[in-house]
Amino acid sequence: MKDRYLPLFATISVFVALYVAGGLFYPRIFSTLVFGHLLADNAFIILAAIGVTFVIISGGIDLSIGSMIGFVGVVMANMDAAGWDPIVVIFIVLAFGILYGAFQGFLIDFCEIQPFIVTLSGLFLLRGASFMVNLDSVPLRNYFVSWFNNIYLDLPGGGFLTGGALVMLAMLVVAIIIAHFTRFGTNVYAIGGDKTSAVLMGVPMRKTTVMIYALAGFYSAIAGVIYAMNTSSGYPLAGMTLELSAIAASVLGGTMLTGGVGMVFGALFGGMILALISTIIIFNGTLNGAWILIATGFLLFLFIVIQRWVVSSFSSAGKTS
Amino acid sequence: MAESSAYRVEMLGVSKTFPGVRALDDVNLQLRPGEVHALLGENGAGKSTLIKVLTGALKRDKGTILLDGKEIEVSSTSEAQELGISTVYQEVNLIPTLSVTKNLTLGRQPRKFGIVDWKATKKLALQRLDRLKLDIDVERPLGSYSVAIQQLIAIARALEDDTSVLVLDEPTASLDAEETALLFQIVRDLKAHGIAIVFITHFIDQVYQIADRISVLRNGRMVGTEAVADLPRLKLISMMIGREIEGIGGRPTASYFKEDSVPVIEAEGLGRSRTIAPFDLTLRAGEVVGLAGLLGSGRTETAKVVLGAIKPDSGTIKLNGKVISRLSPRASLANGIVFCPEDRKAEGLIGELSIRENIMLSLQAKRGWLNRISRAEQEKLAAEMISALAIATPDAEKPVGQLSGGNQQKVILARSLVSQPKALLLDEPTRGIDVGAHAEIVSLIRRLCSEGLALLVASSEFDELVAVSDRVAVLRDRKKVDEISGEQITRENIINSIAHR
Amino acid sequence: MNTQDLSSSETKSSFAPTLRAMMAHRAVWPLVVLAIILIVNAIVVPSFFSLSINNGRLFGPIVDVFYRGTAPALIAIGMAVVIGTKGIDLSVGSIVAVVGAVIAWRIKAGDPHFVILWLALFVGIACGAWNGFLVAVLDIQPIIATLILMVAGRGIGLLINLIDGGTDPSFTSELLQGLSVGSIGPIPTRLILFAAIFLFLWFLLRRTALGLFVESVGGNPEAAQIAGIPSRLIKFSAYVISGFCTGWAAIILTADVHTSDPVSVALFSELDAILAVVIGGGSLMGGRIYLGMTILGALVIQTMVTSILMSGWPPEYNLIIKAVLVLIILLLQSNNFRGAVMSLFGRRA
Repeated sequence: MKDRYLPLFATISVFVALYVAGGLFYPRIFSTLVFGHLLADNAFIILAAIGVTFVIISGGIDLSIGSMIGFVGVVMANMDAAGWDPIVVIFIVLAFGILYGAFQGFLIDFCEIQPFIVTLSGLFLLRGASFMVNLDSVPLRNYFVSWFNNIYLDLPGGGFLTGGALVMLAMLVVAIIIAHFTRFGTNVYAIGGDKTSAVLMGVPMRKTTVMIYALAGFYSAIAGVIYAMNTSSGYPLAGMTLELSAIAASVLGGTMLTGGVGMVFGALFGGMILALISTIIIFNGTLNGAWILIATGFLLFLFIVIQRWVVSSFSSAGKTS
Repeated sequence: MAESSAYRVEMLGVSKTFPGVRALDDVNLQLRPGEVHALLGENGAGKSTLIKVLTGALKRDKGTILLDGKEIEVSSTSEAQELGISTVYQEVNLIPTLSVTKNLTLGRQPRKFGIVDWKATKKLALQRLDRLKLDIDVERPLGSYSVAIQQLIAIARALEDDTSVLVLDEPTASLDAEETALLFQIVRDLKAHGIAIVFITHFIDQVYQIADRISVLRNGRMVGTEAVADLPRLKLISMMIGREIEGIGGRPTASYFKEDSVPVIEAEGLGRSRTIAPFDLTLRAGEVVGLAGLLGSGRTETAKVVLGAIKPDSGTIKLNGKVISRLSPRASLANGIVFCPEDRKAEGLIGELSIRENIMLSLQAKRGWLNRISRAEQEKLAAEMISALAIATPDAEKPVGQLSGGNQQKVILARSLVSQPKALLLDEPTRGIDVGAHAEIVSLIRRLCSEGLALLVASSEFDELVAVSDRVAVLRDRKKVDEISGEQITRENIINSIAHR
Repeated sequence: MNTQDLSSSETKSSFAPTLRAMMAHRAVWPLVVLAIILIVNAIVVPSFFSLSINNGRLFGPIVDVFYRGTAPALIAIGMAVVIGTKGIDLSVGSIVAVVGAVIAWRIKAGDPHFVILWLALFVGIACGAWNGFLVAVLDIQPIIATLILMVAGRGIGLLINLIDGGTDPSFTSELLQGLSVGSIGPIPTRLILFAAIFLFLWFLLRRTALGLFVESVGGNPEAAQIAGIPSRLIKFSAYVISGFCTGWAAIILTADVHTSDPVSVALFSELDAILAVVIGGGSLMGGRIYLGMTILGALVIQTMVTSILMSGWPPEYNLIIKAVLVLIILLLQSNNFRGAVMSLFGRRA
């Protein structure tokens, strides 16, 4: 029991330590205002991290996230300009996210190509497609966007949750239900834990794989929608290298890159750790933004080494070979 | 039920042919309700094929299967499961990272509106464990339990309410004595409930502890089924091993080693827990030591522990009189010890590389990467080996994966010989080699020995060991139980030694 | 198999077997793809094949392909070695960023430029050694291990840029200028440099036993260990080699822009390098290194990129074409897919 939750404990303690340390230097961090902003500004990263967490738990990886975010934004802005209703557009791009993810899942399972390569081609394809649609930033302004950007849920202490943050929290709950309260969720963990055994135990491999990547595509697409509405624009460069942040957030959230172990809930903390790091660095003012990348890399290193250690403690208790 | 069959399952006249191999030939197997039926046989005897036919994993060519007297047709393992025939495989086929509950209920969790009802699921898991009287924390991940408990959980998963036949495929392979006792207690309990249990194992002692009847397969044929009481060990082992191989002569005529020479290999109390019990072993230049034992007795493990491919956790080893503290295949190679594995594909060859490159590997590793063997020398050495060992290939550049089994074996032998070893560890050197080539390998072993090489030969072919060995170490149940030397080495003595408790 | 990268296959007397042998040779498909790209070019943009001599130097799109292809090809041959061990190196782009930043920093600090070259190489090798340490010593999966430097590397580059005040990191250097645009006779200096590095690497792999060891470790790690090959050391050195090659690529790329731009330099270069290896017939499952074929792969990619530029399409189309190319190649390598295709063509053959 302890072993399994160790990465999540590590995540939460890192988060708390960062939060307290940051708050001691810059007391403003303790305010609900800053906290609300943290959630709002990083909602799309956390959404993408939730999606990729399913993929990583199943032992795969999804590199197409950042490009999906960019593509969704560009498509939304252009369809908006062409006079489509924004709500219809959102349904269309979400459906596209699901279908494209399902397509990637099918290639991975049917053609037995490594997820890394399949989603890499997705990264190229979607980014290239965004550029083909347009090269510049296209404004996205309509009644729905302005309505959405004016949603505020007040928090005690002057802070508030934005529409993006609320969507993210709702989707987090949905993800937790999928991961922990459906057969599909357990099957995802089973595949990541031991693929051969999972097949022998009757897990439907193709169906599950397709669904996993479809789910990741769906969450990337939502992240794209939130990002586009937050920035009120569709920009083909949006979400560049965001897949790395999402994967990092997922790993910092206690998901093991070797598969089988992780918590969707952890993605929230992983994303918030990344957010805190950048907030503290920005508050500091003298520290350069480069430290964000370095701190992320260092934490990744730390977590990966912890994971190695946890894995070896697993195997010493289990199979001898 | 007016007339029910005395047998739970009857497999009658079952045959199965794979391309080039007759895996099962007119085999009969009859299981009674409430019996533990041991299924024994050496490598390639057809045990796993027979089980796969029973559980629907393989389609038989001929024969009928009756369940409670009624003919059944099973075409998949899930169908077999529905009919009440369940299997637990040797490797625990569960997910170590998932909790016990989830492992027990995967794919069968009770749901309400698509949402898993964890309370009911946990209850279901506890019910399953209850049948085995297993009281453990079901929320912990499976991997945190010992292999024995994992094995029991696998049985709990396999057992349905209506399970009437349970196949246990080498369930005790990685269990220690205490864990085995726990498992047997549960097996006896299941037996008392009228379940017919097929018990596949390599451990002869365990057969006599738990089984009611024994069936022995050899080369795809059923040699016989006997009640345990009517089958003394000696007879059982003879049944498993079969007739003598013709064409392999008697004892070697000359010996080439000196009693007082410094041994090339001197192991004292070397062993590894759960793998091979601590053993002593000495091997001198010009000496052939045989490792005799049945399948699973620890022959391969002994050789691998000496090589360092399995890290020993007890004992000491001296190579050429020098104590080696960090034993590894690399350290062994540096001291002139090389190993020819039985499993050529997995441990022997680099399939994509050419015959020449495969032959050069060990010598090159010994010389170090900077000191490359020139292409001309490589070709010369490879050509020499190809002709010396009569490897059938048009040229040395063919990818080794394309060779036949016997020729692949020779390539591995060639690799070892090219590295100019002091001692050669051969694991089943004649596995997969046609009968004609047997004698060839046997005379090759003696020739190498006469040239001053020390050889450790692990084999399930006892006649072969009799023909080549100066001494024979006998293994049973992962333990060295005896050592026979000189004229005492006969087929009968080896079998006696294995059977003797 | 050593030298088949460089030399043609053996000659046979009759025509049909020769043809079949040629078709079976792994160089055929990349060459066919290259030929198709060139033919399309010949039709769409005839000026693609124009050559001119200006100030004693050769100019023209073809020269440009080689010129621009140098750095990606360098990264790719390093990647080929890593992939040979069944590994992967995602951090090459970040290594370029770090090395570029070090070059800019030391030039500003006034070090002799010749020394800076060695320092840059050393930094590249050190980055490779870090990856090698994680993979070979800590036993972390390559894709995960190299992800760490991939994420942190560009940040390290940015920090180095800040060392002397964070002002404009651009610089002038005659030595680097010479490496970038200089030429020896009519041939660009960088091509000669590339040839030298390639020969060095080829020598390292094929004239020592390193290549054989790398291929053994990648082909069957278990067997390699039992045969007595020091597999950890071999894996470690593969990443060091990748760091070395990427270090040289970084020098060229930095010299080209004479500034340090850690955020966007060599973006996606790891993907191009992997693609080049795969086009060159290297399997991601490891076990074989085809240096010459990898260069051919890099050439295919660069020709495509240059062609798209010449045709007047936006360069962003590259991404899509690369993606489709990756998918096609991998579909062809997939057994399930090939099985379906083979059953269509099987009867005729």
